[in-house]
Amino acid sequence: MTRLEARGVTLAYEARTVSRDLDVAIPDGSFTVVVGPNACGKSTLLRGLARMIRPSSGTVSLDDRPVADYGAKEFARRLALLPQSPVAPDGIGVADLVARGRYPHQSLLRQWSPADEEAVSGAMAATGVAELAERAVGELSGGQRQRVWIAMVLAQDTPLLLLDEPTTFLDIAYQLEVLDLLADLHAAGDRTLVAVLHDLNQACRYATHLIAMRDGAVVAEGPPSEIVDADLLERVFGLIGDVVPDPRTGTPMIIPAGREARQAMRAGVSAATGHDGSSG
Amino acid sequence: MSAPTDVRVGEYSVRVRPRPVVVVVVLLALAVVLGAVALTLGEFPLPLSGVVDTLLGSGTRAQQFVVLELRAPRVVLALVVGATLGVAGAVFQALARNALASPDLLGFTTGAASGALVAIVAFGAGALGTAGGAVVGVLVTAGIALALLGGETGGYRLVLVGIGLNAILYSLNNYLILRSDLSTASAAQTWLVGSLNGRDWTTVAVVGIGLVVLLVPALAVARRLDLLGMGDEAAGSIGVPVRSTRVVALVVGVLLVGTATAAVGPIAFVALAAPQLARRLAGTTGPTMIASGVLGGVLLLAGDVLGQRLAAPAQFPAGTMTASIGGLYLVWLLAREWKADRG
Ligand SMILES: Nc1ncnc2c1ncn2[C@@H]1O[C@H](COP(=O)(O)OP(=O)(O)O)[C@@H](O)[C@H]1O
Ligand SMILES: [Mg+2]
Repeated sequence: MTRLEARGVTLAYEARTVSRDLDVAIPDGSFTVVVGPNACGKSTLLRGLARMIRPSSGTVSLDDRPVADYGAKEFARRLALLPQSPVAPDGIGVADLVARGRYPHQSLLRQWSPADEEAVSGAMAATGVAELAERAVGELSGGQRQRVWIAMVLAQDTPLLLLDEPTTFLDIAYQLEVLDLLADLHAAGDRTLVAVLHDLNQACRYATHLIAMRDGAVVAEGPPSEIVDADLLERVFGLIGDVVPDPRTGTPMIIPAGREARQAMRAGVSAATGHDGSSG
Repeated sequence: MSAPTDVRVGEYSVRVRPRPVVVVVVLLALAVVLGAVALTLGEFPLPLSGVVDTLLGSGTRAQQFVVLELRAPRVVLALVVGATLGVAGAVFQALARNALASPDLLGFTTGAASGALVAIVAFGAGALGTAGGAVVGVLVTAGIALALLGGETGGYRLVLVGIGLNAILYSLNNYLILRSDLSTASAAQTWLVGSLNGRDWTTVAVVGIGLVVLLVPALAVARRLDLLGMGDEAAGSIGVPVRSTRVVALVVGVLLVGTATAAVGPIAFVALAAPQLARRLAGTTGPTMIASGVLGGVLLLAGDVLGQRLAAPAQFPAGTMTASIGGLYLVWLLAREWKADRG
């Protein structure tokens, strides 16, 4: 079953069409990871799913209802999107920023309920930012700031959570910390996560469902262990390399070919070099 | 960051931040004191005690006339017009996500002036016609701005389009004055300096009603405008209807500027400074409509009092005073940022 899916959508900005006639279904309860080269349309897909941009054809639906039919707050109680580069307003405090995630649950006569309180402190505890509550967001490190933003979308308490490159600009330890946090959230309940990641090995480790994109189209999708092989590497990233089982987790692991092999491929003689294109 | 207090009754809850409330109360008290001082100013000598007596109902008929019919409209008008500009400034700064984006720099005040000048120069309009011209002028400017913006009514695009429009309209205004005869040009100049002199209760009532009516949607979008400060996507993701919020805010801001400018002519600086100062005083991240409004009123009244006292008996129009103070404030602001950049 899929609650969130795009059927035959064309996603475009004023002059540029990014994806044409795209079909994507997000499996319920999955930790879906979207991968693909820069500018292939990953963020655009997330924006389309989160109805930030309206498809010029086709429909995106949530629970069998077109996303455009939902009220703004009604939709925001079901789906949250953490964009690639959100802006923390000048001087805002951590607790205040996290509290903003409760906006879709509030109204003029219900400005701050016990449920709001609980969701905010729960989100701050889960992301380990509780002790930063009184600090200004602007003076935090990149990793801390990213966890505060994740706390905000967690406080929103939605069954569907979309995150655009939540680990970019973090050092490797923080990247894993954020991914572990997401994996915990996924394991904790019936939440569906969709994240754009850059690191293919991390994607293979954490994803239950992988969507590989190129030039606005989905090249392959499925569980990483079923779809990631040397052929996919080449088709998606134009990269020559091997795919072997990760010695720690058994998930597919990418080992790019040496420089000579890649240069040879670029020169168009890859077939003649005797490159070992085995799959994992 | 003052901690919010939550008031809960059953299902219902209201969140109150004490600091902005205190700021508004203090500013209101300041407005009352400043207003009382302003009522003592003028050719007819009247000490503060006389003013208070007159307001309480005793006092001679002459005093009654001077205070209630001549001076009070001017004082109240300063407060109401200043408040209108303060709220307008808060709306525009939030909309553009830029502390320098006041309606006087974005062309809306200049557009209102263009409308008024066309009314004066081409139709020889009186006070009412000039006010009508200003309203038409600001609406036409907003229409052109909206067309140029193409639905993308926020951020840098609004600032760039606004600054461009302002330059064009400014030269149009100069041209209109240049090609008119001397007496018309002088009438136009008189209007252009922005004066509170000689306005009656009717003007006060019209601006006051305009302000109250426009304050409702302004307050309704205030929170959403605040949330838009996180960027369109983050705000949209938590359920802020980005486009409709922007359009409502732009229309409300334009109508506020139009109302104020139609009543007294272009007034510089108030819409720029009031929201910035209000935000700093109230310690909030977003627009503070009420505090900006009250502070705007206080600033314009202070400008008018200064204009009357500075070189008495010579008088400076309130618009000239606010423009000069505003210039100094801008210089200070830029100098501080320049230092901060180098330091
Ligand atoms: N707001 C925008 N306006 C116009 N073009 C855009 C916008 N955002 C992205 N694009 C273009 O759309 C294409 C896909 O971008 P994006 O979805 O951001 O790629 P990715 O997230 O995969 O790196 C790119 O060519 C990019 O330049
Ligand atoms: Mg992207």
